[in-house]
Amino acid sequence: MKNKTSFPPQEGETHPSRCPDNSAFKQQKLPAWKPHLTLATVLSTFFLTGAFCLSVGVCLILSANSVREIQIDYSEKCSDCSKLRENTSNWNKECHCFVNFTLKEDILGDVFMYYGLKNFYQNHRRYVVSRSDAQLLGRNVNIQKSSCAPFTTYQNGTPMAPCGAIANSMFNDTIDLFYNINSSVIQVPLLKTGNSWWTDKNVKFHNPKSYNVSSAFAETARPPYWQKPVYLLDEEDEKNNGYVNDDFIIWMRVSAFATFRNLYRRVSRVRQFADGLPAGNYTFHISYNFPVSKFKGRKHVILSTVVWSGGSNPFLGIAYVVSGTVAALTGFVITAIHLKLRKKKTYFQK
Amino acid sequence: MSLFGLKFGKKKLKEEERQLQANNRDFNLQFEYANNTIKTSKYNFFTFLPLNLFEQFQRIANAYFLFLLILQLIPQISSLAWFTTVVPLVLVLAVSGVKDAIDDFNRHKSDKHVNNRPVQVLINGMLKDEKWMNVQVGDIIKLENNNFVTADLLLLSSSEPHSLTYIETAELDGETNLKVKQALTVTAELGEDLQKLTEFNGEVRCEAPNNKLDKFTGTLTLRGEKYALDNEKMLLRGCTIRNTEWCFGLVIYAGPDTKLMQNSGKTTFKRTSIDRLMNVLVLVIFAFLGLMCLILAIGNGIWEYNKGYYFQVYLPWAEGVDSASYSGFLMFWSYVIILNTVVPISLYVSVEIIRLGNSFYINWDSKMYYPLSDTPAQARTTTLNEELGQIKYIFSDKTGTLTQNIMCFNKCSINGKSYGDVHDMSGQRIEITENTEKVDFSYNQLADPKFAFYDHSLVEAVKLSDVPTHRFFRLLSLCHTVMPEEKKEGSLVYQAQSPDEGALVTAARNFGFVFRARTPETITVVEMGETKIYKLLAILDFNNVRKRMSVIVQSPEGDLTLYCKGADTILYELLHSSCDSLKEETTEHLNEFAGEGLRTLVVAYKNLDKDYFQDWSKRHHEASTALEGREDKLSELYEEIEKDLMLLGATAIEDKLQDGVPQTIETLAKANIKIWVLTGDKQETAMNIGYSCNLLNDDMDDVFIIEGSTSGDVLNELRNARKKMKPDSFLDSDEINIQFEKSSKNSKVVPDEQANGVYGLVITGHSLAYALEGNLELELVRTACLCKVVICCRVTPLQKAQVVELVKKYKKAVTLAIGDGANDVSMIKTAHIGVGISGQEGMQAVLSSDFSFAQFRYLQRLLLVHGRWSYIRMCKFLKYFFYKNFAFTLVHFWYGFFSGFSAQTVYDEWFITLYNLVYTSLPVLGMSLFDQDVDDRWSMLFPQLYVPGQQNLYFNKVVFVKCMLQGIYSSLILFFIPFGAMYNTMRSDGKAIADYQSFALMAQTCLLIVVSVQIGLDTSYWTVVNQFFIWGSLSVYFAITFTMYSDGMYLIFTASFPFIGTARNTLGQPNVWLAIFLSITLCVLPVVGFRFLKAQLRPTPSDKVLLKIKEAKKRPPPPSPKRRLRRTSTRRSGYAFSHQHGFGALIMSGRNMRPKSPFATTGTFSPNSDKYKHKGL
Repeated sequence: MKNKTSFPPQEGETHPSRCPDNSAFKQQKLPAWKPHLTLATVLSTFFLTGAFCLSVGVCLILSANSVREIQIDYSEKCSDCSKLRENTSNWNKECHCFVNFTLKEDILGDVFMYYGLKNFYQNHRRYVVSRSDAQLLGRNVNIQKSSCAPFTTYQNGTPMAPCGAIANSMFNDTIDLFYNINSSVIQVPLLKTGNSWWTDKNVKFHNPKSYNVSSAFAETARPPYWQKPVYLLDEEDEKNNGYVNDDFIIWMRVSAFATFRNLYRRVSRVRQFADGLPAGNYTFHISYNFPVSKFKGRKHVILSTVVWSGGSNPFLGIAYVVSGTVAALTGFVITAIHLKLRKKKTYFQK
Repeated sequence: MSLFGLKFGKKKLKEEERQLQANNRDFNLQFEYANNTIKTSKYNFFTFLPLNLFEQFQRIANAYFLFLLILQLIPQISSLAWFTTVVPLVLVLAVSGVKDAIDDFNRHKSDKHVNNRPVQVLINGMLKDEKWMNVQVGDIIKLENNNFVTADLLLLSSSEPHSLTYIETAELDGETNLKVKQALTVTAELGEDLQKLTEFNGEVRCEAPNNKLDKFTGTLTLRGEKYALDNEKMLLRGCTIRNTEWCFGLVIYAGPDTKLMQNSGKTTFKRTSIDRLMNVLVLVIFAFLGLMCLILAIGNGIWEYNKGYYFQVYLPWAEGVDSASYSGFLMFWSYVIILNTVVPISLYVSVEIIRLGNSFYINWDSKMYYPLSDTPAQARTTTLNEELGQIKYIFSDKTGTLTQNIMCFNKCSINGKSYGDVHDMSGQRIEITENTEKVDFSYNQLADPKFAFYDHSLVEAVKLSDVPTHRFFRLLSLCHTVMPEEKKEGSLVYQAQSPDEGALVTAARNFGFVFRARTPETITVVEMGETKIYKLLAILDFNNVRKRMSVIVQSPEGDLTLYCKGADTILYELLHSSCDSLKEETTEHLNEFAGEGLRTLVVAYKNLDKDYFQDWSKRHHEASTALEGREDKLSELYEEIEKDLMLLGATAIEDKLQDGVPQTIETLAKANIKIWVLTGDKQETAMNIGYSCNLLNDDMDDVFIIEGSTSGDVLNELRNARKKMKPDSFLDSDEINIQFEKSSKNSKVVPDEQANGVYGLVITGHSLAYALEGNLELELVRTACLCKVVICCRVTPLQKAQVVELVKKYKKAVTLAIGDGANDVSMIKTAHIGVGISGQEGMQAVLSSDFSFAQFRYLQRLLLVHGRWSYIRMCKFLKYFFYKNFAFTLVHFWYGFFSGFSAQTVYDEWFITLYNLVYTSLPVLGMSLFDQDVDDRWSMLFPQLYVPGQQNLYFNKVVFVKCMLQGIYSSLILFFIPFGAMYNTMRSDGKAIADYQSFALMAQTCLLIVVSVQIGLDTSYWTVVNQFFIWGSLSVYFAITFTMYSDGMYLIFTASFPFIGTARNTLGQPNVWLAIFLSITLCVLPVVGFRFLKAQLRPTPSDKVLLKIKEAKKRPPPPSPKRRLRRTSTRRSGYAFSHQHGFGALIMSGRNMRPKSPFATTGTFSPNSDKYKHKGL
């Protein structure tokens, strides 16, 4: 319906020709790279990838194997405590539990201590959203409007600090490690800070501004499952207290899966532990507070070293080796098929 | 043009009879007849928003997203932030809305243009300039020469004698020869006397508006007397007044009621087959989505029952949720929201953008630009591009589409000598090209400068006063019914009823026998500069049985001669026996001419004895005044005198094809496209063109002609034809018959059948009318589709549409109709794709077409290059698009099993919002706008490459399922590799790695890189733009991610960007990158291997062609072969005098002669027309 076109061409002499531009773009003649799947590229892709994957896989497996890891399921070993905790009315009763293990060889290097939880759905949608980031930034917010439900305020209106299901369910067992040497027991020195991300510690979490931590949390109450208020999380270290407590920060970084491990402590490399953990008998001294038996959960304590590729999980290594092998084999298959086809072709060609 | 008459049709009962009175608006108003406004637009300013939104929400996808939005507003269900849906939805609605608005604005403009054309209307005794739209039924209007007829008019009077009015009906039926209309004598008396016209109060009763162009019945009651009205007195809208200074007409039908508009049919919104397939697929995906959500909902129910119930210590159930099953129910809807990205809304937007882009390429193509008329190709509809790559049937008009509608006197044979070929020194024939030296006609001042002839020997013969040659041209200048027109001294214009006659007379004129003027009794010819006046004694006119015409003239010297020209078969019977040897030579020449596809004609003369003629003339007079059996008596007399003729020679006229038509047809045929020619021409002309443009040829096993005049005859003819082509197709054991038995009655699709040879079918309009009736339809389709070529002649515009409709109904194939005239409009609108030839005078076809260009030969480029590319691009786009969204979305599905079926997303919400919109939109658009598997030259050289499109091979349900499976596979990799890599492990600095945010980041990075590599693999034509889009999108992803995860963003928008620091902390980990690399390898390598092996082991025909091309590319490309198609036909065509009876009677009666004429002493035809100046006649 363009009116221009309805004029007979003779009238067109006055206005410029309607001939389209002869540009490469308009004529679809832009210079281009036209890759094709040729035998050479396909085979080299397969063989090179195969070789690369195989070598990476072997490296990964080797390094994963060099990781020393001790994992102990203490929810089973501490069955008494676990039973006690099943009944919520015993929440304020203390329960201690001792788990022994023996190191046959020294664990050299940095040793990390993790707690592991199984069957704990930290990745449940309603759980994940149940927090107030603004509150954790130390801002004075009305948490009624946040997504903390159902752990926002008590019936009397006192807001929970911190609010939300994540904070409320914080892992609160304390685990100490003792080295039994020559019938004497030495507590292994453990570092409780520096375990979280720098950004979390310094940007994402801030205590409310006040002259001291406890006053910052005035007019708030601890979450219902907590034994002590948030400003008593670490009474020894002001910089590790309140919202910026490392254990709390780590817990608040929810896990992607229902089975996960969080960094709990690092072995401080001092005195006889300067090279790591020497061989010998050890005891975990656990103050058992966190109930898991109700939802068939499990608790672990893990001691592990790390390498460049992380922990002892061999998955990536194996996956690389398998992929590399399959790629290389496919390369051979393709070669075979091609040779066969070429024979056929020459046969058919007159 | 969709809503014509709708408004009126709904309001009142169907009109049965029309009644109106001239000059009486009040009387006519009571019937509420439509006025002359036409409306093709859909919206006005106020209705646009509601109507357009209403229309847009009728699309399944848009309605679905609205529904999603509502779901998201329910807090218990909402699993994603509202912006994830609103942003794309608003964007989509806005883009389509703007496009619709622009389209409608253009329609408004064109309506306004037509409605505001001026016309003179007689109001209160005065002629007033009015706009077309204000013309009412019953008005009397005045039209002048070269005006378009405003509405359907009853002709009242005109400037010409006997109130004749000449009109050109090209817009209506495609015929360019002039037609004569004549008013009733009672109304003719009104003349241009405004007083009388104002007092004219005739009352007309006639049939209700209909679409029959050749029929009109009604009565005019004037002063108590009734006069019958028929089509001869009607001027229809769409015609153009020619050679008539002025005429008056009474408006009978206006606006939407006019025959033109009634014939234009309703525009249905055209959708491509991919559109329809997409709709089906979207439904399939919905079902699939429902299934996934159901599985996850059930999973949630079980999980809540087994685990969630106990986990309530830490995570109590949401408010109002009291049972696992209720939780499952809510989760169903939550998952609907999360998984909705399998049907991304951006799909529709992207599809539109791609089509638009590919349409622009058509507009921009300089190889489809026709410099002579300064016309570029134009994609008028921008939503049908990929369908151009799937055409299986082409329905073509003849005149103006295949042919230029220019007749050229090309060759002749005079007294046994053939003229017209050019020979070189050694006597070899040379091809005539533009550089060949033309014959110089400067000796003749009256010569037509546009006439071209190359054989100099003929001029020599004329100059040497060779007697037969002179007689030959004298015959051509005398024996015809052409009207001369001489506005300026020396510039002659001929008005011929058929272009063939014009060509012959023009030839004679140039060779020195100038037909200059005629009166009823005389013909003035300037013979070699000497004016001679011949007495015209009789015209023995042409008709379809006689196939010849003769004139009897008396030369100034007093000799009586009969000159005759006609079809060879007829004329040879009438020759004198002394011509036998000449006959043989001439026959040889005739065969030669026919072999070149020329239209031939034999000319002969006879000297008459005076006494005999006087006797004959007396009897002729008696016969022509006889009351009974006039026709028979006359034809007996004609036969009596037209015998013992002396053969003079033969003429050969070229019905000039448009450039490159035979080559185009050959190429299209190689691409497995079937071509049907639908023409209003008569059978002989149509078949002749069929032969000359290589549609029909002598290598065909048979050409069937269906011309039965009863339903039974037609059936028999069709069946006999089919029996010959496929003898076993009548057996019960024939597969198709069996299939028919089984298939349901109302949706029959005729599968393709194979004939045992190459056949052609010619069917006349009359038989076609029977064949299109209910029970014969199927016979027609089955027979016609067995033939390689079908030619339908003498078809009406409506029949054209019916034929197209028929094929659409019974064949699962994409059809294309191409034409240039208003008579092709209905066909153009009916076919899946309508193409208009632009640059001609009529614009109707172009206005209703989807694509337009100036030359038929551009069709091959449109289909084989643009169509093919568009189709391939669209298919690649869809394949990739579905793949990337399946891979994207299904990761959520797998994650459901590990997150308690809680509708937790794997990715960051921002990633979900931006994935389709920003991160992956441009690379795929780049591919769909630039990709070429082979360049245009190769796709023209190997038309076979077009075939996969016709068979719908590149995107169909099977392909879709494959994409889906690939998507599912990728999503598995994309979930489980990051999962495995993070499970129970830690970072290299000992900190935990498996937190949700790190996992999300890792999974989304994996996904994005994998789909980017995949698009790289799919792209076979990497332009700078592609590179820029692909690398750019990846960089943008990282840039946006780092920005959104930055401290600043978190501190400002705490709630929106909780992923602070994740990118910095996670992307530095070696095993994150190792996992990403592994995902890419596992997702992409199998595809590479599979594609390569498939091309090796099971190459498709087009794979083979591509291989051939690849090999050929190594050598320098061959020069595009210059083929000159030699036609080998020995078939001869008769002479197309005219579709109707000749003008002979009119000339002899002198009714069309006017007494005065400016230049010649005798009358001229009419001084007004300049039409044929363009045509070079």
